[in-house]
Amino acid sequence: MSADVLIIGGGLHGLSAALQAARRGAAVQLVERHFLGRHASGATAAGVRTLGRDGAELPLSLEAARDWHDMEGLVGDDCGFVACGQLQVAEDELSLTKIEMRIKRLQAMGHFHEQMVGPDEIRSLLPGISAHCLGGAWVSSDGSADPHRTIRAFRDAAIRAGVDIIEECLVTALTRSATGWRAETSRGVFEAEIVVNAAGAWADHVSHLAGDPLQHEIRTSMMVVTERSASRIKPVVGSFGKKLSLKQTSQGTFLIGGGSQGKLAADRQSATVDVVALAASMQAAVRVFPELEGVRIVRTWVGMEAMTSDHRPVIGFSQQVEGLIHVFGFSGHGFQLVPSVGRVVADLICQGHTNHDLDAFCVSRVSIERVAA
Amino acid sequence: MSYDVAIVGAGPAGMSAAIRLREFGASVVVIDEQPSPGGQIFRGIERNASSPVFPALGKDYQKGQALAAAFRVSGAEYLPSTQVWQIEDGWNLYLTAEGKAQRIAARAVLLANGAQERPVPFAGWTLPGVMTVGAAQILLKSGGMLPEGKVWIAGAGPLPLLYATQLLNLGGRIAGFLDTSTPPRLSALRRLPGAWRDFGGLLKGLRWLRGIKRSGIIVRGFSDLRAEGNEHLEHLTWEMEGKRHRVEADVLLVHEGVVPRIHETLALGCAHHWNDEQGYLAAKVDRWGESSRKSLFVAGDASGIGGWLAATISGEIAALGIAGRLGISSETDRLRKRAHLDRRRKRALALRPFLDAMYPPPRNRLPDDVIACRCEEVTAGAIRAAARNSPADPSAVKAATRCGMGPCQGRQCGYTVQALLAEVHGLPVSEVRFFHIRPPLKPVTLGEIASLEKADRAT
Ligand SMILES: Cc1cc2nc3c(=O)[nH]c(=O)nc-3n(C[C@H](O)[C@@H](O)[C@H](O)COP(=O)(O)OP(=O)(O)OC[C@H]3O[C@@H](n4cnc5c(N)ncnc54)[C@H](O)[C@@H]3O)c2cc1C
Ligand SMILES: Cc1cc2nc3c(=O)[nH]c(=O)nc-3n(C[C@H](O)[C@H](O)[C@H](O)COP(=O)(O)OP(=O)(O)OC[C@H]3O[C@@H](n4cnc5c(N)ncnc54)[C@H](O)[C@@H]3O)c2cc1C
Repeated sequence: MSADVLIIGGGLHGLSAALQAARRGAAVQLVERHFLGRHASGATAAGVRTLGRDGAELPLSLEAARDWHDMEGLVGDDCGFVACGQLQVAEDELSLTKIEMRIKRLQAMGHFHEQMVGPDEIRSLLPGISAHCLGGAWVSSDGSADPHRTIRAFRDAAIRAGVDIIEECLVTALTRSATGWRAETSRGVFEAEIVVNAAGAWADHVSHLAGDPLQHEIRTSMMVVTERSASRIKPVVGSFGKKLSLKQTSQGTFLIGGGSQGKLAADRQSATVDVVALAASMQAAVRVFPELEGVRIVRTWVGMEAMTSDHRPVIGFSQQVEGLIHVFGFSGHGFQLVPSVGRVVADLICQGHTNHDLDAFCVSRVSIERVAA
Repeated sequence: MSYDVAIVGAGPAGMSAAIRLREFGASVVVIDEQPSPGGQIFRGIERNASSPVFPALGKDYQKGQALAAAFRVSGAEYLPSTQVWQIEDGWNLYLTAEGKAQRIAARAVLLANGAQERPVPFAGWTLPGVMTVGAAQILLKSGGMLPEGKVWIAGAGPLPLLYATQLLNLGGRIAGFLDTSTPPRLSALRRLPGAWRDFGGLLKGLRWLRGIKRSGIIVRGFSDLRAEGNEHLEHLTWEMEGKRHRVEADVLLVHEGVVPRIHETLALGCAHHWNDEQGYLAAKVDRWGESSRKSLFVAGDASGIGGWLAATISGEIAALGIAGRLGISSETDRLRKRAHLDRRRKRALALRPFLDAMYPPPRNRLPDDVIACRCEEVTAGAIRAAARNSPADPSAVKAATRCGMGPCQGRQCGYTVQALLAEVHGLPVSEVRFFHIRPPLKPVTLGEIASLEKADRAT
C-alpha cells in the first residue's frame, strides 16, 4: 500500500493532521496500534484552555480557541464543546500576586483574554467555593469538550476527506529508500513519501525506528470520575500551583485531575493509579469545594503522554532524516491545540514549511545527541 | 497496620482460611463489607440463629453457625462493615469504614471474595419490581423480608429452587416458576455417575422442585420473556408454541447462576482462564490456590464456582499454601494429606459437573432494544453499532457508548459486551478481552480518599 503521507498514531493530533492534509489533496494513510483515542486523547480531561498558556504556545492556542467556537464548521460536530469558562483560583496571597503579574504581562503583550476576578465574582460564578479562595483568573470563552465525541468527529471528518485509517496496526520498522519510506507493521508493509510521528508517549520509540533518536519523559496523569450529582459547577476550575483541575460534565459527573502522577511500568507500556498521590488531588478538591466530600468516586485512570523538559511540544521536521515530521510532547495540555497544530502539520506535509513560528518547538531540544552534549 | 495475611471476605472460604492460618500463629486480618461473618450462604448467621427464620433457611445454612463461632475465637482480627477498594503490589490494601480510609500492609493476600449473580439482560429487566433471586434472598436473610403480591421466579440453577423453598417454608407464596433451564441433555446425564457420589445433593434438588410444584405453576420451554409495566412491573409475557402468553405480576425474581468475582484479580493483572461451559472468567490458580502473582491467593467461589463446602476446603488449602509461601510451615504437603483435603474437596465438587452441564448460561441472541448497561442505559443495539465501527476491544466500545462507565464498573455489562463483540466480529467469546478494571474496586468518596494519611506530602 502506498500513500503520500503515513501518519503513525491515531490520537487527536494524528487525526487532525490527517484531516487537514487530506483536505489539501494529500493521500493520507493513518495507522494506530490499538484503537483511535486509546491513549492520551481518550484519557484526557478535554479542557479547552487558553488560560495560563505558555507564551510560546499562545498564538497556536488562540488560533485553536477560534476553531473550538466553530467545530461544526471544522469537523461537522460541536465535539461537545461548551464555552463554560475556565477559572483559576488563588488559595493564598502569593498565588494571587503571581496571577496578577501574569495577567499584566499578557496585557503588555496585547492579550486580554484573561481577566482578574475578585472574591465576590468567584463566589457568584461558583456558589459552593470555599471561603478561603481569594480570587483568580477567568477566561469566559474557554471551556471543555467531550473527548470521545471529539475523536469520533475527527475520525468521521478524516474518513470523509479520504484518509485511510487502520486500527490495531503497530509500526515495527521504518526504512528510508530513494523515494521515501517503507514501514513494516503488524498489518503489512506501507510506503509513503513522508512519515508523521504522532505516537504520543511512544514517539521516542518511533523516532528510533526512523533513525532520528529523540528522548522524552512520559507523563502519567491520573483522572477521577465520580457518580452523577445535581448540577452545581459550571466552569472548569483549577487552583494556582496545586494539583487540581475540576469540572462537572454534562452527565452530572465530576471529572477531577490536575496532574497527580500514576506509576509508570518498567517497560513504559502502561501505567497504574497511585492512590496516595491521588489523595493530593482529592484533598485539593474538597478543600476548594467542601460540599464534594461525600461524592463517590466511580473510576480512576491514568493517561500516558510524552513530556519534554520545558513542557512544550515538539513540532517540526526531523533534522537528521528527510521526510520525517514530529508532533508530540504536549506534556499534558495538547487537547486544546488539536485544530491549529493539525493545520501546521498539514502545512509542513503539503508545502514543506509553515508561516507559524515553530522555533520554540524545534526537534533539536529533544535529540539524544544534544541532550548528551 | 501490617499483617502476615490479609483475607478479603468472611464467607466459608475466608473464615476457614483464617482459622487455619491462626493455628500456625500467623497474624491475620479479615475484611468484609458485611456487618457480620458468613459470606453469601451464611449471611446473618449469628443473628438469625435465634430467630424464627432459622429453621426455614435449611440444614446447609445452619452448618454455618459452628464455622462462624470458630472464626470468632480464632484470634484473627476481623474488620466488618469495611470495604476493600484498592489492592496494590507488595501488598497494600486500601479500606474504608465509617467514612474513613486507611491502608494496611500484608505479606500475602487471600481473595475469598466469592461470587456474584450472573447478570442476564432481557426486555424489562431494569423495571422496578424486577430483581434478582440473590437480592431477594439477602432481604430474607438480613431481615426475614418476603416479597408480596404475585411473585414470579424466572431462571435456572440451584439458587432459585433453594430460595423458593426457603420462601415457602416461611409461608410465602409463588405465583409461578418460569424454568429457563434446557431439558437435561445427554451431556448432563453422562456426568451423573460422578454426581451420584453426592446423593444428598441430588435429593435436595428433587425435594426443592416438589415443594415448588405444590405452590404454583411451572412453565418450561418458552422464549422471549418480557417484563412490562409503566413505572413498575405489571405483567410478564412470553412466547410459547407460537403464542404470546401474558400473566399479571408484582414481583419478578430472576437468576441465571453465579460467576466468580473477578474485578480484583483482573485489576491486579492475574492470568485468567475462560470456563466455556459456564461462560465465565476465573483467575488461574495452582494446587495451593496461588494466582499467577506470587503471594496472591484466591479461594472459594472467587476462583471458580464450586459451592460453599468446596469453598471451605479450598480456604483451608490456600491457608496451607500461604503458610508454605511465607515460610511459616514446611509441612504443608503432609498436613494436606492428613486432613484428606483433596479427597474431601473432590467429594464436595462431585455434583458440580452435572449442575454445570444442566444449567448452561443463556445463549440466545439479545434483541437490539434491550438495555445492556444499566448504569448508563446503553442498549444492545448501540453496543453492536459501536462494535461494528471498532476493533474487538471492549475499551473501544466503552469509549464510544459510555457502556461500563457507571458505578458498577462493568459488573453488570462486562460479559454482555464481550458476547456482543464476539458476535459482531465472528470470534469465539474467549478471544475477546474483558474491560480494563481500574480502581476503586468499590465506590469510595472524595473525602475518604482525601483522608488518607501522608497525602499532604504528595501535594
Ligand atoms: C447472592 C448470592 C446468594 C447465594 N446464596 C447461596 C445460598 O443460599 N446457598 C448456597 O449454597 N450458596 C449460595 N450462594 C453461592 C455462594 O457463592 C456460596 O457458594 C458460598 O457463599 C461461597 O463462599 P465463598 O467463601 O467463596 O464466598 P462468599 O460466601 O460469597 O463470601 C465472600 C465475602 O466477601 C465479601 N467481599 C467481597 N468483595 C469485598 C470487598 N471488596 N470488600 C469487602 N468485602 C468483600 C462479601 O461481602 C462476602 O461476604 C450465593 C451466591 C450469591 C452471589
Ligand atoms: C489525564 C490527562 C488529562 C489531560 N487534560 C488535558 C486538558 O484538560 N486540556 C488539554 O488541552 N490537554 C489535556 N491533556 C493532554 C491532551 O489530552 C494530549 O496532549 C493529547 O490528547 C495528545 O494527543 P496525541 O494524539 O499526541 O497522543 P495520543 O492520543 O496518545 O495518541 C498517540 C497514539 O499513537 C499510537 N502509537 C504509538 N506508537 C505506535 C506505533 N508504533 N504504531 C502505531 N501507533 C502507535 C498510540 O497507541 C496512541 O493512540 C491531558 C492528557 C491526559 C493524559
